Amino acid sequence: MPTVAPLDLSAYCIAACWLGDIPHFALADGAVHRLDHGHKTVEAHDGLAAARPAQDGKTLITGGEDGRVLAISADGTISELGNAGSRWITAVASGPQGAVAWAAGRSAFVRLPNGSVKEFQHPRTVEDIAFAPKGMRIAVARYNGATLHFPGTEGKPAELEWAGAHTGIAFSPDGQYLVTAMQENALHGWKLADGKHMRMAGYPAKVKSMSWGPKGRWLASSGAPAAIVWPFQAKDGPMGKLPLELGTRGDQMVSSVAFHPKDEVVAIGFGDGMVLAARCADQKEVLLRRPGKGAITSMAWDSEGRRIAFGSEAGDCGVIDISG
Amino acid sequence: MPEAANPQSPAPLPVTVLTGYLGSGKTTLLNRILSEDHGKRYAVIVNEFGEIGIDNDLIVESDEEIYEMNNGCVCCTVRGDLIRTVEGLMRRPGRFDAILVETTGLADPAPVAQTFFMDDDVRSKTRLDAVVALVDAKHLPLRLKDSKEAEDQIAFADVVVLNKTDLVSEEELAQVEATVRAINPSARIHKTQRSGVALAEVLDRGAFDLSRALENDPHFLDADDGHHHDHDHECGPDCDHDHHHHHHASDIHDVSVQSLSLRAGEMDPRKFFPWIEKTTQIDGPNILRLKGIIALKDDPDRYVVQGVHMILEGDHQRAWKDDETHESRLVLIGRDLDAERLKRTFEACQA
Repeated sequence: MPTVAPLDLSAYCIAACWLGDIPHFALADGAVHRLDHGHKTVEAHDGLAAARPAQDGKTLITGGEDGRVLAISADGTISELGNAGSRWITAVASGPQGAVAWAAGRSAFVRLPNGSVKEFQHPRTVEDIAFAPKGMRIAVARYNGATLHFPGTEGKPAELEWAGAHTGIAFSPDGQYLVTAMQENALHGWKLADGKHMRMAGYPAKVKSMSWGPKGRWLASSGAPAAIVWPFQAKDGPMGKLPLELGTRGDQMVSSVAFHPKDEVVAIGFGDGMVLAARCADQKEVLLRRPGKGAITSMAWDSEGRRIAFGSEAGDCGVIDISG
Repeated sequence: MPEAANPQSPAPLPVTVLTGYLGSGKTTLLNRILSEDHGKRYAVIVNEFGEIGIDNDLIVESDEEIYEMNNGCVCCTVRGDLIRTVEGLMRRPGRFDAILVETTGLADPAPVAQTFFMDDDVRSKTRLDAVVALVDAKHLPLRLKDSKEAEDQIAFADVVVLNKTDLVSEEELAQVEATVRAINPSARIHKTQRSGVALAEVLDRGAFDLSRALENDPHFLDADDGHHHDHDHECGPDCDHDHHHHHHASDIHDVSVQSLSLRAGEMDPRKFFPWIEKTTQIDGPNILRLKGIIALKDDPDRYVVQGVHMILEGDHQRAWKDDETHESRLVLIGRDLDAERLKRTFEACQA
């Protein structure tokens, strides 16, 4: 039986994640909470706008309305990586060898492993940033497409065009595909080898959460009353194929998805705070958490795939242990 | 949407949009709203910090950024920066009671308004309260000559603050007011100096709220019946301007926006609803604003509609009062409207 250890906080949860064995909850009010032999808190920002764990899992990278970019380690130590003054930091990303990127207005900044910071200006706002899984390469989601930069070299950026506003971005774990979430209710993808387009539409709402399955075989997404899970096993990704619809509910939208690190199982968070897990193979569902106070905004599995840290819009966060 | 489905969701926060050219008095009005004691806390989205002399961490700078969606049609444009900023602000609720959006002088108000209808997340947490246009009485004729935006801002407004009236003569003021009226017959006009309008006249207007829209709005009902009484504005004791002119857009120089006031008796709902849907689909790109009170046959309630380009909202508002004539009124403000066709097809919807 899954058990839930609640952590009732009072602000919107931007990110729930793990630093090693310790669950962390980064809230919009600027506080980062963790459960490490008791509930501990660090005040990181005056308004926290973005947070993602570093690739090595040792620090949490956060960006604030105060213009600061911070790395917070599991013992609560804070170090400042960048400062954009009065501009909000609206996205953060982490790459190989401790590289970190952040977005402020129309600029993307990359802090390279040697500590130097490079700025990449764009004609339109940088909506999101992702690092490619290999090599020093970032992708920027922007109006009318995505831009690939190679911060380690002086090379020219590569532009991927697709009309519309792209608000979120993620590489597939093998680096073959780049997928964006759009202002319109759709995902868009590019096969990077040949630039082939992939349109993944039909969502009743905006997609705010995407998660790749083990070995990049699936891509789960929110934005519908079920988790929409696209198959990426074939040569052309999901083209010409129907997605799986997991955990369908009649009256609630999926607001957050998180794939298990090893198994083809997705944790699915809903608008009313309910969390389910569903398996791709047989679409079997298990209830992990009953509805709470607000929509699930973020979920993350620990590295073993035994526990899920989750957070909501209303601040009712917690940890689900599925091994119970 | 998930948020809307949640019983705990707080009431949507009102959003007031302030438009107007550089020098029209926007910043003065903004400073008054931020500093006067009215018991409400405002988060303000501005284009440049510089001009506001008030230190307030709820003032957020935002670059106007138009996002076209789908096909590039004007009806599907939104402001990407507003979506981001409003979402960010709404993640920390409880710090403010309302939002003010200040636009640049050259801003097109349509994408601003449409953001609050077309983006589900923004829509579930906020409601557009009113579009307020500040107009510099002295420079309006010049602005109309050199830009389309000045005209659009007036056409879009629910409230027009005709400012700097001390810089013009009585005749000039009457002329400017007539121009504003010709562009937008349904807006409330307030004549002021130094943006000295009562804040209650610009805040919490409920102009897009169907239960309040057009309520107590005698001017709307008077529109286009051949003589203006100008009941609505605050006339000073020295107000002696001409109340008895009616102007068509075509009479006035440099104005391309026209308004069309349609009037008919009781409507057949089976004809009216398909008609209004088709009209907003076909003429949507040319319609800036639309407001109406419709009398439906065998319906004791007034039906109110309002729209922005192709976005159309309608609902039963309240019962007709005993002393009210059951008649249907619709005001369309736009460009290149086929008045004859619209009038004919509107009237054909009568029961």
